[in-house]
Amino acid sequence: MKLLWLQASGCGGCTQSLLGDGARQGVLQRLAAAGVELISHPALSEASGAEALEELRAAAAGSLPFDILCVEGAMLRGPNGSGRFHMLSGSGEPMIEWVRRLAARAQVVVAVGTCTAFGGINASGDNLTEACGLQFDGAEPGGLLGADFRALGGLPVVNVTGCPIHADWIVDTLMAIAAGAFAESDLDDLQRPAFYSEQLVHHGCPKNEFYEFKASAMKPSDLGCLMENLGCKGTQAHADCNTRPWHGVGSCIRGGFSCIACTEPGFEEPGHPFMETPKVAGIPTGLPLDMPKAWFVALAALSKSATPKRVRESATRDHPVALPKAAKKRGRQ
Amino acid sequence: MTRLVLGPFNRVEGDLEVALDVADGQVRSAEVSASLYRGFESMLIGRDPMDALVIVPRICGICSVSQSAAAASALADAAGLVMPANGRLARNMIQACENVVDHLTHFYCFFTPDFARDSYAGLSWHAAMATRFRAQRGTALADYLPARADFLRVMGYLAGKWPHTLALQPGGTTRAITATEKVRLFGVLREFRAFLEARLFADTLENFAALDSLPALVNWADAAATRESDFARFVQVAMALGLEQVGRATDHFVSVGAYADIARPFFPAGCWQGGVVSAFDPAAVMEDASHAWLVGNTPLPPAQGETRPQPDGKDAAYSWCKAPRYAGQVVETGALARQMLSAHPLALDLVTRHGASVLGRIAGRMLEVARVLPQMEAWLKEIMPGDPFCVPWQALEEGQGVGLVEAARGALGHWLRIERGKIASYQIIAPTTWNFSPRDAGGQPGALEQALVGLPVAEGEKAPVLVQHVVRSFDPCMVCTVH
Repeated sequence: MKLLWLQASGCGGCTQSLLGDGARQGVLQRLAAAGVELISHPALSEASGAEALEELRAAAAGSLPFDILCVEGAMLRGPNGSGRFHMLSGSGEPMIEWVRRLAARAQVVVAVGTCTAFGGINASGDNLTEACGLQFDGAEPGGLLGADFRALGGLPVVNVTGCPIHADWIVDTLMAIAAGAFAESDLDDLQRPAFYSEQLVHHGCPKNEFYEFKASAMKPSDLGCLMENLGCKGTQAHADCNTRPWHGVGSCIRGGFSCIACTEPGFEEPGHPFMETPKVAGIPTGLPLDMPKAWFVALAALSKSATPKRVRESATRDHPVALPKAAKKRGRQ
Repeated sequence: MTRLVLGPFNRVEGDLEVALDVADGQVRSAEVSASLYRGFESMLIGRDPMDALVIVPRICGICSVSQSAAAASALADAAGLVMPANGRLARNMIQACENVVDHLTHFYCFFTPDFARDSYAGLSWHAAMATRFRAQRGTALADYLPARADFLRVMGYLAGKWPHTLALQPGGTTRAITATEKVRLFGVLREFRAFLEARLFADTLENFAALDSLPALVNWADAAATRESDFARFVQVAMALGLEQVGRATDHFVSVGAYADIARPFFPAGCWQGGVVSAFDPAAVMEDASHAWLVGNTPLPPAQGETRPQPDGKDAAYSWCKAPRYAGQVVETGALARQMLSAHPLALDLVTRHGASVLGRIAGRMLEVARVLPQMEAWLKEIMPGDPFCVPWQALEEGQGVGLVEAARGALGHWLRIERGKIASYQIIAPTTWNFSPRDAGGQPGALEQALVGLPVAEGEKAPVLVQHVVRSFDPCMVCTVH
């Protein structure tokens, strides 16, 4: 399948993340072997200037057929709907026009990253640039292409979210599309591939013991749970970051800092400082999604009173103060 | 006079347009335009100061750690925080990892594919370059991309992920590595060194870093043991094409100093002009928006600067980028500038002979790769698991701070003011803002605009390849430029 990749209003970080895929011969070989041919990519194509523009014109006119359109970056509709905040260089036309034209020719349209899906960081503050996603404006269906948009192959925009994406999320999506093994039923209600969004960041959290006992970190680099004080949204954010490590070994929480729910619409405006947990009467307002609040409060109080000294004391330090006790020896001495 | 407009440029980070006025087969003048405006500085106003650590990395996916480090430094400056040794060392490791990866992604993905172009077919070196460096398909990528992915485990261990980590805090880093992780990190560095010494240099990093002149570099690139290496191949081609003499801008170099140490940074700060080195003076930095689609024409110090779009009614404007100047001068920043200011003999010799050039800028990056990786080994050795990595941030009601760091592409500055506990002003000058600035209020063209003047353009050439070499030699990051 032929893939055409555009970069709109973004940071290029999703491409950088894509290039970090751990394939034995690199991600480009992995995609090529899966039958994905990258016919145009702003960071990778040989074509430059007029030749690059001619390719895009041919693709938009239908004379250069392609199957998959990946867009990386938000749609800037401003100022005043003109799209002038991002003119595709050399073309004299707004990027949003190019996206509209090319999306109409694609069998599948993939939004790469939260910017492209929902507007993301571009839409924060006063959203001066009128940023939105391809088919959503924040959590609201619509966006640049409209809620009713369907690519020629029949799917709505596939939202591979994350700021940035994990390389696997886009690579696995593209390989499934190329294999003809990707259907609308594989998407969640925000049109994200469910294979990664059906999990919570909380699953596989390395700080789980601290979470269980509500033994909380007080400051950056503390080992304790980041939820109570430092703004962690791992129990609410849909992604598999802690069961599918980053660079083989990491994740935000493994790195010692809070999940900011970057796969979710509106993550850029949490309504509180990112690294502080909003509370009412000492109780965090953002509780695990599917747990009754009263139970959470009751369990938290109970588990706090049962916290082992080792866990409580380690929570506010950057390395453990004591080791778990050895199990009693059994059998013959 | 013919006008050539080059865009979308591709194989640069972000969206770049270059307009050339050509007459008698030569570029007479150039206009460099950044075509995307996102308004990051405005997004920050009114926020909690620490929110900057979430917002600014997202300016740029390729320099995100540098943006993070600049914000953390500005916050630390405002609060008077000093990182513990482990925090400083871990942060150096994280910044170095990004810079080394950026230099090599530039070399393998962005820059060398131009020598595989069919327009060079028939030249003696072309077939080998095309096999090795062809865009997307060259054999070098199958070596580099996996090595890069493995090397990024440095980020996995120390920063959780890359890009867009929150591990860099004003008081240090969030991840205190264990003794075992330290051992594993040595393994990661050894494996990456092995890749560099096998493929990039076919030589030890130390031998390469000891090259002290252009003739020594040329001899090294021609020597039987090293000539098949990726960088030696490029040097041979660069000499065949005369790229050691092409691409000069103002030969006025600025660095704000890279990689903090107790006394002075590993690569020193300063200004180099005509062989004279002077101290870097932050007060000499001014920025104007005379040729940008932004409000205001008067040069202002960044601490008093503002960034408000004015898309219409400004005839002189042709970019979203402002024009920063150092003591009124157009300066160049980047790896070559850092190597000049650290008085590396090869960098000094290259610039003294022919001025900054395509070869000089690439060689500057390779020198950094060869010098920084051993330094990462040294920093890692100094990290003491068990000792603190971070001191906590204390909320500030009022304050101001400046964060100056060296990103892969050069000097990056953040100027921050806090009032009533919120960000009241935030101004950023990125490396490519310096290198790819438009004309200033006095009409002086930016560094790239000057470097392009005089380049030959053949009849009918739509995207002159020499122009592309010069543009890409700066390794522009357009998303940082305007932010």
